Amino acid sequence: MKDTVQNTESFQVTTPSDREIAMTRVFDAPRRLVFDAWTKPELLRRWLGVRAGWTMVVCEVDLKVGGAYRYVWRGPAGDMGMGGVFREVVRPERIVSTEVFDDPWYAGEAVDTLVMVETGGKTTVTTTVRYVSQQVRDAVLASGMSRGVAESYDVLAEVLSSIAREA
Amino acid sequence: MEPLGYGRISADRLDATFAALADPTRRAILARLASGRASVTQLTEPFVISQAAVSKHLKVLERAGLISQGRDAQRRPRRLEAKPLAEATSWLERYREFWEGSFQHLDVVLDELKAIERKRGRTAEPKKRGTRKRQKRGDHR
Repeated sequence: MKDTVQNTESFQVTTPSDREIAMTRVFDAPRRLVFDAWTKPELLRRWLGVRAGWTMVVCEVDLKVGGAYRYVWRGPAGDMGMGGVFREVVRPERIVSTEVFDDPWYAGEAVDTLVMVETGGKTTVTTTVRYVSQQVRDAVLASGMSRGVAESYDVLAEVLSSIAREA
Repeated sequence: MEPLGYGRISADRLDATFAALADPTRRAILARLASGRASVTQLTEPFVISQAAVSKHLKVLERAGLISQGRDAQRRPRRLEAKPLAEATSWLERYREFWEGSFQHLDVVLDELKAIERKRGRTAEPKKRGTRKRQKRGDHR
């Protein structure tokens, strides 16, 4: 339980502009280590998208401007892949890359900006995804990430817990 | 395909659920129905809007499958349908789970990297005082 509460507090999803979605998380490690874990395939495949039933089966990272990355996960529902090209690489603080899914669920190429800031031995990581238009961003939001949805989510939680109490 | 295999509930169904939930009056109606069935008259009581306006909201909620009408012909009490709500909630939970699950693994990887650095004696701290081994395990917060 303690972990859940902690994670909720340190993990935030926001909408900094009408085409973007940002996610922030604090890690208890210096920036150079977080940067390594985020960019070295042997480390990346140990955590990114790894959860019950899912493993990363392809993880290729050519970390330089113009270099490509490619990830494929294997899960109960089959394989899912994505990849893109690095546009900016500033070790160990900033990476800009494109993002396209093999089986695209939104239009166009999104641009990811990863920023790492170290304070007192801890690293705050912010990943911002910029979509091609507000419509696309909103479609992604409608699939479950907006403030409105977060608000709805609180109501849902209340509603569901009262149902549980009455059942 | 849905994002990163977070879930495979019909997108239309989710759209309808979230559209219905986007309105505060409708959320209030759902919250009220969570404590038991109620007629349109009863549902209108807490609001300053007309019964007709409440009826409109009820129609939206009904189309989204979030509520249904009871059989009592006269009062037609509305009741909450829990399943679409549960589905929407679990989708969001899977999204968070994907990232929080990933990040928890990342926390473990980072702990290992820190331990390796300490063993190599390459901690960020200048290791002047004491022997390397007896220094507190990197906790200088």
